[in-house]
Amino acid sequence: MSALRILVPVKRVKPRVNKAQTAVETAGVKHSMNPFDELSIEESVRIREKKSYPHGVSDIIAFTCGPPKSADILRTAMAMGADRSIHVETKDGDEIEPLSIAKLLRAVVEKEKVDLVVLGKQSIDDDAGQTGQMLAGLLGWAQATQASKVSFDGDGKGVVVEKEVDGGSETTRSNLPMVVTADLRLNEPRYASLPNIMKAKKKKIEKITAEELGVDLGKRLKTLKVIEPPPREGGGKVDDVDGMIAKLKELGAI
Amino acid sequence: MIPRAGHSVLRQARTQLKRRTGPTPVASLSALARLLSSLAILEQKDGKLNHGSLGAVTAAQKLGGSIIGFVAGGNIKAVAEEAAKVSGIEKIIAVDNAAYDKGLPENYAPLLVENIKKGGYTHIIAGHTAFGKSLMPRVAALLDVQQISDITAIEDEKTFVRPVYAGNAIATVESSDDIKIITIRGTAFAAAEAEGGSASIEDGVDPKAESPTEWVSENLAKSDRPDLATAGKVVSGGRGLKSKEDFDRIMLPLADALGAAVGASRAAVDSGYADNSLQVGQTGKVVAPQLYLCAGISGAIQHLAGMKDSKVIAAINKDADAPIFQVADIGLVGDLFDKVPELTEKLKQ
Repeated sequence: MSALRILVPVKRVKPRVNKAQTAVETAGVKHSMNPFDELSIEESVRIREKKSYPHGVSDIIAFTCGPPKSADILRTAMAMGADRSIHVETKDGDEIEPLSIAKLLRAVVEKEKVDLVVLGKQSIDDDAGQTGQMLAGLLGWAQATQASKVSFDGDGKGVVVEKEVDGGSETTRSNLPMVVTADLRLNEPRYASLPNIMKAKKKKIEKITAEELGVDLGKRLKTLKVIEPPPREGGGKVDDVDGMIAKLKELGAI
Repeated sequence: MIPRAGHSVLRQARTQLKRRTGPTPVASLSALARLLSSLAILEQKDGKLNHGSLGAVTAAQKLGGSIIGFVAGGNIKAVAEEAAKVSGIEKIIAVDNAAYDKGLPENYAPLLVENIKKGGYTHIIAGHTAFGKSLMPRVAALLDVQQISDITAIEDEKTFVRPVYAGNAIATVESSDDIKIITIRGTAFAAAEAEGGSASIEDGVDPKAESPTEWVSENLAKSDRPDLATAGKVVSGGRGLKSKEDFDRIMLPLADALGAAVGASRAAVDSGYADNSLQVGQTGKVVAPQLYLCAGISGAIQHLAGMKDSKVIAAINKDADAPIFQVADIGLVGDLFDKVPELTEKLKQ
């Protein structure tokens, strides 16, 4: 067995519905790394630092597919400890579907001989929660979703993952190579220190196109409209517990 | 689906009446019904059908067309028989193999794919549960389909409504895939009637795929209270509870007085006041009970994403400006350490 090569896909997110109710406003809104992706980077760096994988970690590659500005979050990922980055650039405003991202990732995994992919369990803009599972399916690899704890067997073959499931947790053991998606409780991501931010500027971002990876980014879903949900009206306040009980009864809630 | 199809069938019928040629409208209607067939993925645990997963049948009923149920696991006969009684299902496909008991996506996905290919279904529907979330995208990738996650409404056979941005926006999307793979939000599709049906039971194909993953153990929170995701009433506590002892001392008696399930905010879960599985919000459970009564929860958007579709929201918080009061039907400003026990006492009377 050799040292692990880890791929960490990250996404730049931030949201608001536009006034015409046709899509989500992204111009002039603060973007940041999807919070679940910060956990994936952190976990990958910890596997290296804590030497929890017996043969060590030789490479941590951050990946993103998005507009030119997404390079910012690749810098953040590298400041947190990723070694280098790959950027598939798209036009501003293009939303690439999880299936296409999974196909891009499959191509990168094969090109870079990756053995572990750590993703966030969902992006907080689209809330789809699909990419990791799709990638595992395309590669025919093991998968562990909503991971709250990842550890390795001493022989470097098995990966034991505790996962968040409905009603509690579940533990599975998988053989490498595999795909893991991070849940909020996996770890506490670090802040990048200034020296590390400076060092990250020297790390490499490789730009590659979807065509070079042989992936068609064509969409299967057409967004017909995006609206704001009907606002909920606050019903006002009551003065005391008796008032609350009376109102609960009036509304038929008890 | 139904109104739109109805219109086109009517229009067709009218044209045909004028021309007095071509197939009868009745024939075209049944042709339409034959075209659409949904596979509802039903969950089972320890030989018992999970009734929460029957929302998939309700969603299939909204689509129209035939409804086939799918179950797999060791000694599946009893589950299949239980599922066959569910109202609206035409046929149950059952695969008897203990390898599928734990719902590992590595072998369950190939199993589904083989059965989907054999049955030629147009729609595959599962709940947006831990099982559905982990399994369905893998199935979708194997079939080269872009899945539609966590839908809350069906407009027609290819148009679906789903919340995005933590429920701050509602997107309507149209799928161009031949097979539609959908996970449904449980609170938007009530479980189908467990009685009244008489489906036939058929053995499914079993590709017996190897799994690189084995199930080791599980640690499920045990509780006599109703299940959080489906409870009619939920009481929920937040950071304001200050400790696990206080959470248990203050919130649990209130839950019992109301016969409610217990939920918690992420802050309460992260601080260890309550179990992870009780988290309500964008990244936890989404609930929509008749009554959501919360104490010590400020109402961050991520939390609101998980509960704002509740029928009645009641909130107790000492901060009169807390955002929770903007959505609460009943707000009480006060110290939860006084107000919640008082409420519990008065509710018991």
